[in-house]
Amino acid sequence: MYPSRFDYDAPSTLEEAIAILDQGGGEAKVMAGGQSLIPMLRLRFASPERVVDINGIPDLEYHRIDPDGTLRIGALCRHEDLELSTIIGDTFPTLAGAAHLVSDPIIRTRGTFVGSLCHADPQGDWSATMIALGGKIIVQGPNGRREIEAKDFVLGPFVSALAFNEIAVEAIVPPAKGKALGGYLKLERRVGDFATASVAVALDMDGDTVTRAGCAMAGVGGRTIDANEAISVLQGKTLSSENIDSAAAAVAAASDPRTDHRGSADYKRHIVETFVKRVLVSVAKSEKKEAVA
Amino acid sequence: MAPLDELKIGGMGASRRRVEDNRFIRGKGNYVDDIVLPAMLHMQILRSPVAHAKIKSIDTSAAWEVPGVRLVLTGETMAARNLAWMPTLSYDTQAVLATDKVRFQGQEVAAVIADDPYIAQDACDKIVVEYEQLPAIVNPIQAQKADAPLIRDDKENQATNKIFDWEIGDKTATDQAFADADVVSKLDLHYPRSHPSPLENCGSIADYDRATGKLTVYMTSQAPHIVRAAVAMVAELPEHMVRIVSPDLGGGFGNKVPIYPGYVVSILASILTERPVKWIESNSENLISTGFGRDVYLEGELALRKDGKILGMRMKTISDHGAFYADAQPTKFKIGLMHSTFACYDIPTAHLVSEGFYTNKAPGGVAYRCSFRVTEAMFFQERMVHAAANDLGMDQAEFRKVNLVGDDMFPYRTAFGFLTDSGQYQKCLDVGLKAIGYDTFKQEQEEARKRGKLLGIGISTMTEPLGAGNSREYDIIGIKMFDSAELRVHMTGKALLRTGAKSQGQGHETTWSQIVAHELGIPADDIVVEEGDTDSAPFGMGTYASRSTPVAGAAVAMVSRKIRAKARKIAAHLLEVSEEDIEWELGRFYVRGNEERGVTIQDCALAAYSNIPDGLEPGLENTAYYDPPNLTWPFAAYLCKVEVDAESGVWDVLNFVAVDDCGVRINPMIVEGQVMGGLTEAYAMANMQYITFDEEGNCIGANYMDYLLPTAWETPGFELHEVVTPCPHHPIGAKGVGECATVAGPAAFVNAVMSAIEHTGVRNVDMPLMPNRVYEALKTGKDVSGMPPVLSD
Ligand SMILES: Cc1cc2nc3c(=O)[nH]c(=O)nc-3n(C[C@H](O)[C@H](O)[C@H](O)COP(=O)(O)OP(=O)(O)OC[C@H]3O[C@@H](n4cnc5c(N)ncnc54)[C@H](O)[C@@H]3O)c2cc1C
Repeated sequence: MYPSRFDYDAPSTLEEAIAILDQGGGEAKVMAGGQSLIPMLRLRFASPERVVDINGIPDLEYHRIDPDGTLRIGALCRHEDLELSTIIGDTFPTLAGAAHLVSDPIIRTRGTFVGSLCHADPQGDWSATMIALGGKIIVQGPNGRREIEAKDFVLGPFVSALAFNEIAVEAIVPPAKGKALGGYLKLERRVGDFATASVAVALDMDGDTVTRAGCAMAGVGGRTIDANEAISVLQGKTLSSENIDSAAAAVAAASDPRTDHRGSADYKRHIVETFVKRVLVSVAKSEKKEAVA
Repeated sequence: MAPLDELKIGGMGASRRRVEDNRFIRGKGNYVDDIVLPAMLHMQILRSPVAHAKIKSIDTSAAWEVPGVRLVLTGETMAARNLAWMPTLSYDTQAVLATDKVRFQGQEVAAVIADDPYIAQDACDKIVVEYEQLPAIVNPIQAQKADAPLIRDDKENQATNKIFDWEIGDKTATDQAFADADVVSKLDLHYPRSHPSPLENCGSIADYDRATGKLTVYMTSQAPHIVRAAVAMVAELPEHMVRIVSPDLGGGFGNKVPIYPGYVVSILASILTERPVKWIESNSENLISTGFGRDVYLEGELALRKDGKILGMRMKTISDHGAFYADAQPTKFKIGLMHSTFACYDIPTAHLVSEGFYTNKAPGGVAYRCSFRVTEAMFFQERMVHAAANDLGMDQAEFRKVNLVGDDMFPYRTAFGFLTDSGQYQKCLDVGLKAIGYDTFKQEQEEARKRGKLLGIGISTMTEPLGAGNSREYDIIGIKMFDSAELRVHMTGKALLRTGAKSQGQGHETTWSQIVAHELGIPADDIVVEEGDTDSAPFGMGTYASRSTPVAGAAVAMVSRKIRAKARKIAAHLLEVSEEDIEWELGRFYVRGNEERGVTIQDCALAAYSNIPDGLEPGLENTAYYDPPNLTWPFAAYLCKVEVDAESGVWDVLNFVAVDDCGVRINPMIVEGQVMGGLTEAYAMANMQYITFDEEGNCIGANYMDYLLPTAWETPGFELHEVVTPCPHHPIGAKGVGECATVAGPAAFVNAVMSAIEHTGVRNVDMPLMPNRVYEALKTGKDVSGMPPVLSD
C-alpha cells in the first residue's frame, strides 16, 4: 500500500497552517494523530497534494476544566490523555466511559479527540459523546474563529462542517446542570474494533429528577445519530423503570442501522435499546446508593 | 567424572530460551522485505475488481509513460513466453496473469515494474481494463446448479464446476450399522473460510544473473525445495541454476506453501530486465488473493446404540477451492486427511464422500495450521459427538468415555484404515474434567440459570495425524514426503546443522539444537541451525502439517546418531581399545569397566580433523534422510467454560483447560507457546473471524479492520496440562504439537456456547459465533447458518 505523492508541511503556528490550507484550495489536508488520515492515504481513498502536520504547533495538547465547569479539549489532546485523565472521571462520566473504548491502546497514544470529530466517521465514538453532551467545536480559518454545535458539525459520512481552510482548534463541553451522570456502551467484536452499535447517554440530574437528557449513537446509521430528541422523554422525570423503558425504546426507534456482516438491523436496534437501558439502570442504581449513603 | 546434566546443556526437556528471538525482538530479523540488492526494481500487481468477467481489453499505454516505469506485464506478454498459466500443487492449472477471464476478485491482471513501489502503484492505477461482467458463484452449492456458469472454461473436458469426487470407507457395512442403530444422530454445518494471516505477507525478490545463468529467488516459502523443483519445470531453467532462499519468515500457517503468481511474474520480470525485482504484497492483497483455509460444508450422522456405543459414521463434505485447485494435498487424498475424522473413537465402520468445487473466489483450502483438512475433520467430529450425546440424553464426558479408544487397544486400526499407535485418551480427559471442575458444573449451571445467567461447558477430544508422511502414501506432485538433516561437527566441537524443513516462527533453531545436544552431548548453544537455502540445505519437503519434529526432527536425531557412530570409532582409536569396549554416556565415550578413562565428543571432533585413525575418512559430518514408518498421533482434551449474555449474545470464556499429549516434549516452553498460539487462533475462529462474499463475489472483510486478528486484550487465559505418551516409532518419542490447538480448539468453544443456549432447542450455530448469531439462536431456538453470500437489505 503506497500513497500517492504528496508534499508535507509541519508549520509551527496555527496562522501558518491555515495559510497553507488556504493556498492549497482544498487540496491540502490537516494531519493530527494521523490514525485515520494515514490509512486513507495508503489505501488511496484520499490523495491530497499536501499534508499539513499540526503536531508541531505548541499548546494544543491540553484538556482542562474552567472554573465554571466548562471542559476544553485542545486539538492535540490524544485519546490516551482522556483515558488517563484525573479530571473528567467524576464530572464527565460519558466521556470517561468512552475513553477506554476508542480504538486500541496503541492508537489511543496518537489519535486525537478533535481529529476524531473532524473525521466524522459514522462509527466514531467521540462524536456520539459530544452530541449527547451538547458540546461545541471551535474552528479557526483565515477570517478568525467560529463555534459550531457538535450536532451540526457532522454533516454526513466522513463529512464535517469544516471549510477546507479551517482547523478545529478546540472542543468544548458545557458544565452540567446539576449532577452529571451517564455512560457509554459499545458493542465491538474485538478491542480496537469500530462499533457495531454504541450509545452515549448523558444526564444532568437534580436529585432524582432528570434536568437534561442527551443521547447519540455510533454505528447504527450513515452518520452519528443525534438521539437527543428521542431521549428528551426523560426531561423533568425520574428514572423509573417505565420511564427507562420508554426512553430506550424511543432511542432505538431513532437509530437507523443497516443489515450487514455484523448483524441484522433488528439486532443492532435491539442492542441500542439494551444498552440505553443498561446505562439508565446503572445511573438509577448509583443514585439510589448515594441516597442511602 | 560426573555425568553431564542434560538440562544444563540445553538438551531434551530444557525450556531453553528461543535463540532466534535474540534477533527478532531487536528488529534484526532478515525477512524478504529487509533484503536490498543493488539496482533492484519494484513490482506492483494490478488486480481484478470483479469476481467473474471476460477481459475485453487491457490498455497499458498510460502506465508505460509514467517516468520510472521499466516494464509492464499482462497475460498477453506472459502467454508469449508460455507463462500465462502455471501448474498447481494439485495437478490443476492457475492463471499467472489473466488472459481470457478473471475468475475471482483480486486476481492478478497486470504487473508494473518500476524504480520504486510508489511509481509502480501510480502506473498500475493508469492501466485501463475493460471487463464484461459474468454472474459469480460464491459457494459450492451454487456451483452445482445446472445453470451455473462454467468457471473453468479454459480447461478441456471440464463441463461442470466440479473438481473431484472422492470416497473412502465401507459403504455396505456402514449402511448396515445404520439399519441396526437404536438412534441416528445428524448434524450439518459450514466450517467458514478463515485466513492464515501470517504477519509477514508473501513476497519475493527474483535475481536472474545472465552472466552465470543463475536465478536466485528470495521468497516467503514454507517449502523452498518444492519451489525449486516447480520453478525449474515452469521456467524451464536447469534445476542446479535455480536457488531458492527462504530467509526469516514472519509466520506461514500454510499460507506460504502454494506458489503464487507474484513469485512467477517477479522471476520473468527479472529475466527480462536483467535486474533484481522485488514484489511484496500488502495485507489486503494477502487476504484477498492467497490461500485461505477451510470453507467446507460438512454433514454427517452417527449410528448409535442406546447405551451410547457408536456403531457407524457417515459423512459428506463439499469443499470450496476457489477458481483454481491449488491447495497442496497428498496426491492420493483429494480432500486431505479428512478421513482421519473420529480416529480417537472406536468405531467399527465408516464411510466418507467428498466433492470439491470451483467457485469465483481466490484459490485456497490450504492446510491452515493443520495437517490437510484435519481441522475441519475434527471440528465436525466434536460437534457431531456433542449433538449425539445430547440426542441420547447422555453426559458429554460419559459419551466420549464409552467410545474413546482404550490404552490397551493400540496399535489401533481406524475405520478408515489409519493406524494409531499410542495414547492415554481417558486419562487426558480425566485430567481436564478435574481441572475445570466438571463434577459440580451441572449444578452450577442450573443455579446460574435461576439467576438469569447462561453458563455452558464444552469438551473437545481428538487425535490427529501429523508428520506427513511416509513415502508409500504421501507425496506432493509426486515428490515423496520424507525429510532430511545434515550435521557438520567442526574441530572445536561446535556444529552446524541444516535441515530440509523451514521454520516460520516454530523455533527450529532452538529445538533442533536440543535434539543434537540430547544425542551427542554437545551443548545446544554450540550448534547453529540453518534452513531455507536450497543451495546449502539438504532436500526436504518443508514445514507444514506439523511435520517438522515428526520428520525433520527425527532426521536430526538420526544424523546425530550417525555422527556418534563415527565418533565412537575415533574414541576407540584415542583410547586405544577396540570399539566393542567403548561405552557411551551423554557427551562422552569411556572404556567399559574403567569409567575414568574416556574422551568427550569434543575430543573426538578434534581428532576427526587432527588425529584420524588409519582407514577412516577425516572429518565429522553426515546427512540423514528420514522416511517415517507412520504418521504420529498426538491427543488433545480441551474443555471450555463460558457465560453467555442473553440480552446481547456476547459470550465470555470463564475458564479454558487444555490437556495435550504430544509425546516427549523437547522444549516444554515452546510446546506451551505453540498450544497458546493455536488456542488463540481457535478462539478467533470461533468468536470473531469472518470473511465472506456478497452475491457478486465481492469479498467482505478483505482488510484487517473487518477480518479480525485476536489480540492479547480480548484473548482469554488458558490453563495448560500435559500427559506424556511417547511415540513408539519416533526416534525421540515426539509426536508434534504445532496444530493440536487450532484443530481441537474451535469445537471446545462452540460446544461450550451451545451448552449454554441449547435449552432453547438450537442444535447448531455456524462459526464465527458472533453475538448477533448467538442472540438469534437464543431468541428463535433455530440453527443459524453462516453460508455465503451475505445478503444485504
Ligand atoms: C485500527 C484502528 C481502529 C480504530 N478504532 C476506532 C474506534 O473504535 N473508535 C473511534 O472512534 N475511532 C477509531 N479509530 C480512529 C482513531 O480514533 C483516529 O485517531 C481518529 O478517528 C482520528 O484522529 P486523528 O487525530 O488520528 O486524525 P487524523 O488521522 O490526523 O485526521 C483525520 C481527519 O480529520 C482531519 N483533521 C484532524 N484533525 C483536524 C483538525 N484539528 N482540524 C481540521 N481537520 C482535522 C484530517 O484532515 C483528516 O481528514 C481507529 C483507527 C484505527 C487505525
